[in-house]
Amino acid sequence: MIYADNAATTKMSRTAIDAMLPYFDKIYANPSSLHEEGQQAAEALYTARERIAKVIGCTPKEVYFTSGGSEADNQAIISAALSGERKGKKHIVSTAIEHHAVLHTLEKLKKQGYEITLLKPDENGLVYSKEVEDAIRPDTALVSVMYANNEIGTIEPIREIGAVCREKGVVFHTDAVQAAGHIEIDVEKDNIDLLSLSAHKFHGPKGIGVLYAKRGILLSNLIEGGAQERGKRAGTENIPAIMAMAAALEEEVSHMHENAAKLTAMRDKLIDGLTQIPHTALNGDRLKRLPGNVNVCFEGIEGESLLLLLSEKGICASSGSACTSGSLDPSHVLLAIGRPHEVAHGSLRLSLSAENTEEEVDYMIEEISKVVEYLRGMSPVWNDLQKGVKKYVIQ
Amino acid sequence: MLYSEKVMDHFKNPRNVGTIEDADGVGEVGNAKCGDIMKIYLKIDDDVITDVKFNTFGCGSAIASSSMATEMIKGKPLSEALTLTNKAVVEALDGLPPHKIHCSVLAEEAVKAAIKDYYDKNGVEYDHAVFPDCASCGHCADD
Repeated sequence: MIYADNAATTKMSRTAIDAMLPYFDKIYANPSSLHEEGQQAAEALYTARERIAKVIGCTPKEVYFTSGGSEADNQAIISAALSGERKGKKHIVSTAIEHHAVLHTLEKLKKQGYEITLLKPDENGLVYSKEVEDAIRPDTALVSVMYANNEIGTIEPIREIGAVCREKGVVFHTDAVQAAGHIEIDVEKDNIDLLSLSAHKFHGPKGIGVLYAKRGILLSNLIEGGAQERGKRAGTENIPAIMAMAAALEEEVSHMHENAAKLTAMRDKLIDGLTQIPHTALNGDRLKRLPGNVNVCFEGIEGESLLLLLSEKGICASSGSACTSGSLDPSHVLLAIGRPHEVAHGSLRLSLSAENTEEEVDYMIEEISKVVEYLRGMSPVWNDLQKGVKKYVIQ
Repeated sequence: MLYSEKVMDHFKNPRNVGTIEDADGVGEVGNAKCGDIMKIYLKIDDDVITDVKFNTFGCGSAIASSSMATEMIKGKPLSEALTLTNKAVVEALDGLPPHKIHCSVLAEEAVKAAIKDYYDKNGVEYDHAVFPDCASCGHCADD
């Protein structure tokens, strides 16, 4: 089996698994308990907070543990919106290619009377700081732009966008779920006020994440209860998962440069190989791109049938086709970068990890080429394109 | 599993894939914007479907539904092929997930569209009510 769906989730690393085990049956007491056992757990929790803070460049007090990236996104946006509202600011700037955890939260706020401006990226998925600057108004409460896109892998100019927000005095949130552990992040240098990350995207466990909130940024609770997380997120801490997340993040970051070099080489080979297939186009920026992300559109075929046949060949991948999402529309990201519906249906995303090999890359190029040819052979759309009845969208 | 074994079998080993150059009736339904198009080609001799081929752009269940529908009408008189329902296709496939039912509707409509094309080409009188237009499906209604 070749696992090339690491943007969906990753395999837990041995280091992460080992880091969580003692906290199931040895140091299992509640960190809020005053007894010695509880204080041991509290100590472990504090060290995890410190280790994660060090990696992203903040202080431990600015790290809030959440159930994952979606919760962190929800809390960041709702907190900034409520803070803004108290000052009479009810406008939010974001982008059309955000994750649904951001977009659906914004839709909810829109129904509550907030005004939302969604910036359209360029054809490579890039959002420009100048456009963010132009979109900011006196009543803008928040700017939220993702660090890197989960589908097409485009890395946004976060530092520049953050600088614009600082200058304008607007709170800046970034969903760094796809970036954390894979590319360098420094919340101080990047001018970030709020940042979301999720452990299972860097070989940690599912169900745990972080919301970084800069000192002075007021958080509103999504979950009420005990005084955990400085009173901002109730519920007994998931210590095994938190310990594993800290270990996984440290490990990923310690190998970041060698992994990025290896992944970039494999990624580029895949892109070169797959774009050799006629009428195939790369989605996302060729250079400002996550090291492990490949996303292409094959004209004339549909993504779900492609995925099922690749699965038969032992290749795990994903697609932005409507049929894979259960909705009628294909990926909002592919539509936002200007792919027409019929082309967006034929997309394929391969997301690599350092465990993938050159041999796997060669195998994938070979098998994907065959499957695309096979599906095109039975596609009436392809038949029409070949006969000249319809015109190719991808040359 | 998302799909039944029957669906996977017809998806992985589709029956009657291809085109017929001198087809007596051709039917195409769906649209690429929605993510599925089916095209069915018929050879008809003495009101009997002697050969049938299909081409489909779409998901696994769209390909499986086309394959199954062509099997169900091959060698059958037109009168019988016209009674093919999407429900029968779903049953023959041992079921489809709820959001994939429209694939079987497309298969039924593609068969009917091909037969209608044959009737039109040959000036055969027919009951128009038997041939629902694409709008009846509603799958693409949002576009």
